[in-house]
Amino acid sequence: MARTLITVPPNPKKNTVIEIRALIQHPMETGLRPDVEGKLQPRNIIQRFECRFSSGGKSDVIFSAELFPAISANPYIAFNFRATQSGTLGFQWTGDNGFTQAETVSLVVV
Amino acid sequence: MVFIWLLPATFAAIGTEACAAEEAANKAGNKITDSRKSGYDFMSASTQALQNDDSQNPAMLWVKDGEALWGREAGKDKKSCASCHGAAPKSMRGVAARYPAIEKKTRRPINLQQRINLCQKDHQHAAPFAPETQEMLRIESYVGMQSRGLAITPPRDARLAAFTQKGKVQFEQRMGQLDLSCADCHDNHAGKKLGGATIPEAHPTAYPLYRLEWQSLGSVERRLRNCMSGVRAEPYPYGAPEFVELELYLAARAAGMKLETPGVRP
Amino acid sequence: MKTNQILLNTINFRRRQILAATVGMTCYVVIRPVFGAPATLDTAISEFARGTKVTFGTATAGKVKFDIAELIDNGNAVPISVSVDSPMTDADYVVAMAVFNEKNPQREVIKCRLSPSAGRAQVSTRIRLATSQKLTAIAEMNDGSFYAQTVEVVVTLAACIEE
Repeated sequence: MARTLITVPPNPKKNTVIEIRALIQHPMETGLRPDVEGKLQPRNIIQRFECRFSSGGKSDVIFSAELFPAISANPYIAFNFRATQSGTLGFQWTGDNGFTQAETVSLVVV
Repeated sequence: MVFIWLLPATFAAIGTEACAAEEAANKAGNKITDSRKSGYDFMSASTQALQNDDSQNPAMLWVKDGEALWGREAGKDKKSCASCHGAAPKSMRGVAARYPAIEKKTRRPINLQQRINLCQKDHQHAAPFAPETQEMLRIESYVGMQSRGLAITPPRDARLAAFTQKGKVQFEQRMGQLDLSCADCHDNHAGKKLGGATIPEAHPTAYPLYRLEWQSLGSVERRLRNCMSGVRAEPYPYGAPEFVELELYLAARAAGMKLETPGVRP
Repeated sequence: MKTNQILLNTINFRRRQILAATVGMTCYVVIRPVFGAPATLDTAISEFARGTKVTFGTATAGKVKFDIAELIDNGNAVPISVSVDSPMTDADYVVAMAVFNEKNPQREVIKCRLSPSAGRAQVSTRIRLATSQKLTAIAEMNDGSFYAQTVEVVVTLAACIEE
């Protein structure tokens, strides 16, 4: 389990555009760095990030990103979303060595 | 002539009694000009932005883990930090700002990590976290953050003076194959460039901090060890008395400056 | 004497092996393109645009805005923000955004897919930059057109490298 830090503005007004920020603990090892003995450390990165919005039995991917080794350790991604109705934001990170992490945050639109 | 003689005297006073003088001045309501700069002030705006906003600060990942550790039971009595100390935002407020401090039994100074270890051993009867491990950095950053915004306040404890003085001697002692002291760079050339990087004034204002170079959180001792290997000296082991003395001197030197923990540095 | 000679030869041989291995590895790192990955910034952009025309912004104007510090403290974590001038409606929106670099070991940095529900076409992240170089942010609109912005940054290298 990796630690995540997701920031969603609380109780946005209907139809406002909010910025959603997602930070996750991960080394994002490039696969290009030698270790202390000079051996290349195997690549270990998050390859994909996805955010879904679910409301009233409907679920859509609202944002997704393919990450490469040039993304910094402990990846931070911020994107936007128009808050039209309350629902659940589902975050998913997947990567090398079967890495997977899922989080949900409820969105209450006022 | 008199004026010329006064100058070195003034500098000496700033070096040793800055904290007392500043505190007195602050109490009297007269702001004395403080030209000291935190490492933060030397960073680019985009790196500063990472520290300014907790939702962007990668160090917060460690702080959040530390918050969970604070409430985690450990040892044979199944006690957590919270069992004794309650809510950290209240009980830990100001603690990091006054360490290193004298430990009652040994009458020697210990730093915050060593204080945490003593609590683990004596009160939790649990295995202490080794220095610089992820768990230690998590709990230290969580405790440290409770003093964010407070001034660094070394204890008014006469027993510390000799240790602080030893730290000062260390700070000014040349070492390593490059034959450089801490003071050579951080007192005499602060603000100037070393390669592409600006030499900061070496104030421990934000530890433990997320260093972009490390791609991780690290303690002030990791930073000190870096500097020592930088001048090609053999670094002291973590928790060495020499480091605690150096930390004492750094705290005295930075007394009155605000804590930024958990900070971000290049 | 003879034993010594043999020993010496062995040492020499091993030394050559190590030298060869080192040289080999250097090349491996430098020219190692991930299989099927674009080799240059230009090819990365044209592949992303599937060969269609890409409209580049000028230094002061353009549909794509690329926010990044010109002088970078440390290449391990460089904050970037890319935004596209788009109403983000069902009729007119950004489908995808990507960032490519000129001199990292691999051209790709990030590729994002957006939907009109975003409300605003803006993505921020932190990236690694091996050295001073050019970066291009490119956006694909729902009508199949492509817009891009190129920036050039200076990365200062740390004087005290970590143990």
